[in-house]
Amino acid sequence: MIEFRLDQRSGVAPYLQLAQQVRHSIRLGYLRPGDQLPRVKDVVGSLAINPNTVLKAYRELEREGLVEGRPGVGTFVLRGLDGPSPRAHVALQRALERWLRTAFEAGLDAEAIRGMFETTLQDTREVAS
Amino acid sequence: MNAIEARGLSKRYRKQWALQDCSFDLPMGRVAALVGPNGAGKTTLLHIAVGLLAPTSGSITTLGDRPAIDEDMLSRVGFVAQDTPLYRNLTGEEMLAYGAHTNSEWDGDFARDRLRSIGIPLDRKTATLSGGQRAQLALALALAKRPQLLLLDEPLASLDPLARREFLGTLMEGVATDDVTVVLSSHLVADLERVCDHLMILANGRLQLNGTIEDLLDEHRVLVGLRATGTKRRAIGGVVDVVEENVTGRQATLVVRTDGPIVDPKWEEYEVSLEDLVLAYLGRRSNPHDADEPVRAVGAGRPR
Repeated sequence: MIEFRLDQRSGVAPYLQLAQQVRHSIRLGYLRPGDQLPRVKDVVGSLAINPNTVLKAYRELEREGLVEGRPGVGTFVLRGLDGPSPRAHVALQRALERWLRTAFEAGLDAEAIRGMFETTLQDTREVAS
Repeated sequence: MNAIEARGLSKRYRKQWALQDCSFDLPMGRVAALVGPNGAGKTTLLHIAVGLLAPTSGSITTLGDRPAIDEDMLSRVGFVAQDTPLYRNLTGEEMLAYGAHTNSEWDGDFARDRLRSIGIPLDRKTATLSGGQRAQLALALALAKRPQLLLLDEPLASLDPLARREFLGTLMEGVATDDVTVVLSSHLVADLERVCDHLMILANGRLQLNGTIEDLLDEHRVLVGLRATGTKRRAIGGVVDVVEENVTGRQATLVVRTDGPIVDPKWEEYEVSLEDLVLAYLGRRSNPHDADEPVRAVGAGRPR
C-alpha cells in the first residue's frame, strides 16, 4: 500500500499527481501486480480532496491498462512498468551529471539549463513521435 | 432531479434585502462552495433551503419538494449551523445515542469510527471539547443521519489548519461513502479548492456565478494588453463580459468571461486561478447585468 501526497503549488492537476505517484510506485516496486490501490474513501479522508479527483486518477490508470477496478472490491495493479535497468539508470545519471558540469562551466545557470532542457525535451519528443 | 432549485428567491429583513432575485439549480452529487463576503446573504440562503426561514418572494425546492415539508424531508436534509450547536452537557457518546433515538436512519458506526480515528474523546461533555473537536462531532452527527443533502454554514471559520484538513477529510469520507450532495459556505475559497467541484458566488444578496468549477475556469480568462487597446475591449472576439479590469501604467489586465477562443492577437491570454476568479466577481460592485451598460472609462477598475 502507498500513501499519496499533493503539492498544491506544483500547478499539476491533483488527479494527475495521484496517477503519477501510482506509476512511480509501480516503477520502483512499491506496488506490484495484484496489489490493491488505496481505497477512495481512505484517500479522500486523509488528503481532504473530492472523491472524483481520486476516481479520475484511477480511471486514467485503468485506461492505460495499468490497473483494474473490481466493482465493490477495489482497484488493483495489473502489470508492472519497465523502467531502465538499475545499471542503465546509473549510467544515464552519470552522463547527465557530466553534461551539467559542462553547462555550468560554460556559464549557464539553473534557470537557463531548465529552459534548454524543456525545449530540447519537447523537440526530441516531437521528432520521435 | 436537482438537489436545490431556486427561482427569483428574495428575502427582505425590514427594509434591507438580504437576497435578491436568486435563481439557480444545484444538481445532485455536487460538492458546492457557497462563497461570498460576510453579510452577502449566505446564511439567509442556507436557512431558507432547510426551511428555517421563509422567502419574501420567489420559490425554492430541496430534493424536489418544499423545504422541511414533512418528517421524511427533515431526515433527508442535514444542516450544521454556523456555531456548531451541540448540547453542552451531553458527552459525544450521549449525543450519538440521542441521534440514534431521534432519527429513523442512523449510522452510528461511521461516526464512531471516524471520531476515534482522529482522536475525538466521546466520553467528555461537549462543552469541554475544543472548537475543532466540536465541529468534528457536529459533522459526524450530521453525516450519521445519512442525509442526501448536507448544508454547512461557515464550518471552517473557527478552525486551525490541521482541524480544517481533518474536518474536510471527514466530510469527503462521507461523500465517498454515501454520495451526499454538499453545500458549504465560506468567505474563503483557498480551503475549498480541493474538495469542491461546484461554485456559487454570492455578493450583495445576488448570485453572481453558479456552475461547476471546471466549466467556470474553462470559460474565464485573464487577458493582458496595452491600455490603449482596452478602450475597445468590447470588440475582443470571444469575450462576452469583462468581469474585472485593472490598469497599471500602459498595461491593462482583464478578467473576462468567454464564449469561445480569444481571437484578438493584441491580448495575451492566461488561465485564471479559482481564487482570482472569485476575487474578480466579489470585486464588482453591482450585478452582472451592468455589463450591458455603456463601457465605463478605462481605469475605473478596482486598484490592486
